[in-house]
Amino acid sequence: MKTTKRTLKILSGAALALALAAPAFAPAAAEDSIYVPLFTYRTGPFGGSGTPIADGMHDYLTMLNERDGGIGGVKLIVDECETGYDTKRGVECYDSVKSKNPVIVNPWSTGITLSLIPKAAVDKIPILSMAYGLSASAKGDVFPWIFNPPATYWDGLSEILKYVGNGSLDNLKGKTLGYLYFDAGFGKEPIPLFQDLSKDLGFTLKLYPVAPADMQNQSAQWLDVRRDKPDFVVMYGWGAMNATAVKEAVKSGFPMDKFISIWWPSEADLTSAGDGAKGFKTLNWHATGTDFPALKDIQKRVVDAGKSLAPASEVGQVLYNHGVYNSMLIAEGIVNAQKLTGKKVVSGEDVRRGLETIDLDAARFKALGLEGFAAPFKLTCADHNSHSATFIQQWDGAKWDKITDPIPAAMDKVQPLLDAAAKSYVEKNAGWPARTEGCDNKS
Amino acid sequence: MSLLYQLFVDPFVQMADAPDLLVQTLWEGFVGGVLYSLIALGFVLIFKASGVFNFAQGIMMVFAALTLVGLHEKGVPAWLALIATIGVMYVLALGVERIVLRPLVNQPDIILFMATFGLTYFLIGLGELLFGGSPKTMITEQLYLPSGALDFKILGGTVSLQKIDIAAAIIALVMVAGLGLFFQKTRIGRALRAVADDHQAALSVGISLNQIWVIVWFAAGIVALATGILWGARSDVSFALQIVALKALPVLILGGLTSIPGAIVGGLIIGVGEKLGEFYWGPIFGGGIESWLAYVIALAFLLFRPQGLFGEAIIERI
Repeated sequence: MKTTKRTLKILSGAALALALAAPAFAPAAAEDSIYVPLFTYRTGPFGGSGTPIADGMHDYLTMLNERDGGIGGVKLIVDECETGYDTKRGVECYDSVKSKNPVIVNPWSTGITLSLIPKAAVDKIPILSMAYGLSASAKGDVFPWIFNPPATYWDGLSEILKYVGNGSLDNLKGKTLGYLYFDAGFGKEPIPLFQDLSKDLGFTLKLYPVAPADMQNQSAQWLDVRRDKPDFVVMYGWGAMNATAVKEAVKSGFPMDKFISIWWPSEADLTSAGDGAKGFKTLNWHATGTDFPALKDIQKRVVDAGKSLAPASEVGQVLYNHGVYNSMLIAEGIVNAQKLTGKKVVSGEDVRRGLETIDLDAARFKALGLEGFAAPFKLTCADHNSHSATFIQQWDGAKWDKITDPIPAAMDKVQPLLDAAAKSYVEKNAGWPARTEGCDNKS
Repeated sequence: MSLLYQLFVDPFVQMADAPDLLVQTLWEGFVGGVLYSLIALGFVLIFKASGVFNFAQGIMMVFAALTLVGLHEKGVPAWLALIATIGVMYVLALGVERIVLRPLVNQPDIILFMATFGLTYFLIGLGELLFGGSPKTMITEQLYLPSGALDFKILGGTVSLQKIDIAAAIIALVMVAGLGLFFQKTRIGRALRAVADDHQAALSVGISLNQIWVIVWFAAGIVALATGILWGARSDVSFALQIVALKALPVLILGGLTSIPGAIVGGLIIGVGEKLGEFYWGPIFGGGIESWLAYVIALAFLLFRPQGLFGEAIIERI
């Protein structure tokens, strides 16, 4: 018994010592490195969607380290923090990394983004919520520390509606549209615009919320669809919700070419539904596949070299390439910051300036080894989004086919609502600071 | 339209106008209810035998389904993967008894309950380590489970029954009947019921608690495997499935923690009730009422039977 107690004491002591020493082993920004935390979720109910994105983000930055020795000769310290797509854990991740001088934070959750928006200006850490988060944060004059390129959820909705209306929103009059959405911050985000447009344009909107607990149990929503007979169903789903929705749509005989989603469904979401999923459509703003020099470099220097967690088959898939695009934006922010400041080791404040001067034209994409990967765009101090056009891609049973040219957002409808939403945000958050940050790129 | 009309008249008018949709809704509710019953059954089996509310039942379902699909992905034939998965669930039951339950004998129930939290996180980690976090497609075809639908042109419309849902209902009924026979007619079953009634009395007549616990956790593992296969066929096999297990909570509130018939009847009431509620009354509240309606139904029953439909009334002398 004595021995057991002693062993326990030793083990407890060792555990305590390890716990106290843990910070010493954690990655931290050295003098000659740049610390880039990645908020990811490889575990839990949303791990299926989060993993390929995490892999894409990680692998692009690792490729820069392996191929170029980092950015501007400075190594990147890439450090993942697991959020589980949970807002509370995401905020804990933020608190755990902020003392390590991160140059940027990617929350990868609209809920986490909303929680971090008020903190960004205080801690001088720019937040990149690529194509998600608060749509109104596109307004750089109100949200100088938040960036959400290349399109907001509102832009995406207006682009879907233009497609549904054969190029014109006016053609929606008299139609019935269903909105199947993840009943949380992300899915609710476009509802104000959807409802406004429904009144303005004279179409009927039917809402089909899917609670997180019912992601894999959507028969009630699809019975509603069967009753309401909408002309199109628009989906903003995530995680297991997407795969289940597609299966239920197949089961209920809903025509797949009338089922269209924002840019998040993955190949895996479609393959489990088999041939019935053929015809399903999503928005996207970049290519899939690996036929780009930068992607080839990732395959050669990271995946084949055993420095990635991604299976080779995942590289080039739509969510993986979302991750690559996200990290490409991070890298551009850092490159621009180095140019603007003349410093090699830049700070969060510098990268905020760098992001505001992003100008990804065709030549720049080519220089990055991503020629033709995505449409050119630029950010400014006032516009942190670019409201880029996105295209429709259709599932052919094995891969995505791009079936339209890029469809521009209906800015005449979106911009007034963005302005109103930004104003409302400021009014609701008493003491929201007016922008005092300088500007390197006014137009 | 007044709220009273929307609440008390319109849903019934809709039912009369489109009886095919009513039948379809009832069928969907029935199938959902059968699957909730199976999940609840796993909880009940363990609670009856050991007094432990097994928080890990949901992840056991995921783990079993992942093991099956994961083994098949590695080239193991489906039938062999199924047998191997049953073996894995037995080893898990053995491990739980040896490592978790045995050292905690005579500890308060809350300690055992917390231990099942630990087991949950262990299985999440082990599952992700072995099979990764990506969703997988259930091997329904390889397991000879049917696909496609049977369409009936009746009641002025079409009622569509998915063959996999029919199979789910049959499998659930067979499992319940099998478990019922096992507990009523076999020696081990009688021993289990003795343990459920009184641990000390059972020990005094020579029943091995440890053996019973292994059997019960193994049975719950088999139920978890069946549930995982059937839910996985409806969606995909991913860690999101463990959220579905939360649906068993209102079923358990309603049916009682110790009653196998309660799990079945409770599951069906919740399944049918929430689908009818969501479809006919949901639009009044903006939709999405399914997730909380199940608890409202369960609580409404509790007003009249606090011990649940089939639970045992607890009477304590003061």
